[in-house]
Amino acid sequence: MNGKHALRNGILWGLGFALMIAALYMVFIYVPTEKHTGIIQRIFYFHVPVAWVSFLAFFITFISSILYLWKRQTKWDAIACASVEVGVIFTTLVLITGPIWAKPVWGIWWTWDARLTTSLVLWLIYIAYLLVRSLATEPAKGARYSAVIGIVGFIDVPIVFLTVNMWRTQHPTTIIFEGGLTTPMLMTLLVCIAAFTVLYVLLVIQSSGLKTMEAEIRRLRIIKAE
Amino acid sequence: MENLGYLLAAYTVIWAVVFGYILFLQRKQRRLQRQIDALKGSIEK
Repeated sequence: MNGKHALRNGILWGLGFALMIAALYMVFIYVPTEKHTGIIQRIFYFHVPVAWVSFLAFFITFISSILYLWKRQTKWDAIACASVEVGVIFTTLVLITGPIWAKPVWGIWWTWDARLTTSLVLWLIYIAYLLVRSLATEPAKGARYSAVIGIVGFIDVPIVFLTVNMWRTQHPTTIIFEGGLTTPMLMTLLVCIAAFTVLYVLLVIQSSGLKTMEAEIRRLRIIKAE
Repeated sequence: MENLGYLLAAYTVIWAVVFGYILFLQRKQRRLQRQIDALKGSIEK
């Protein structure tokens, strides 16, 4: 890693840390408790940003996969794969924190309604992406096939987002765009979204760097074998 | 403070998974760097 990259990463880690501290302060101290559901509503401030990051991650994968199939540059494949890895982790967190929130509010951990089911399908699509890569006999083939999944699989992202408005679901609607939040709630949510977005960028930089190192190892092994 | 347990569970899971992943990435980076150094060393010989 050169000095420029180290400085960039240092700034990003510092910014991410400061934003996370601010987010935790706002979630647990600054923001008032919601009247109807009580303290459990505070899960919202991390549940929504985590979902946002997973959508962002799969969008970046969608763009990077198109660029990889078009230009065949390994950097795009590395970014796409790293972004899926992070996206799957954050989707997993959405699927865990959602039921933890649902149990005291709805009285059930899970229901097969449109939002929850399409979110689970989204998670399965990108698990398939990672499986295709890991099971491919040749890395180039794995990169090509997974890029196709990265492009086609993105179709589910807008479906997940729109489910609460298109169908009658148990899940709350997108109240952020409907003015359903008070100013302190909205401020807290925005700080949390910023903190998780910076965390996403950091994790993708770190993870895509590892993909580049793996490619370097494959190249060195070929040189050694010759 | 009803449902505090659920709230703590949710935040604990988020932090455990995020820190676990960061730890996994750092360990993998060290392992890959060792492999690169070893391969470079054996090619130079």
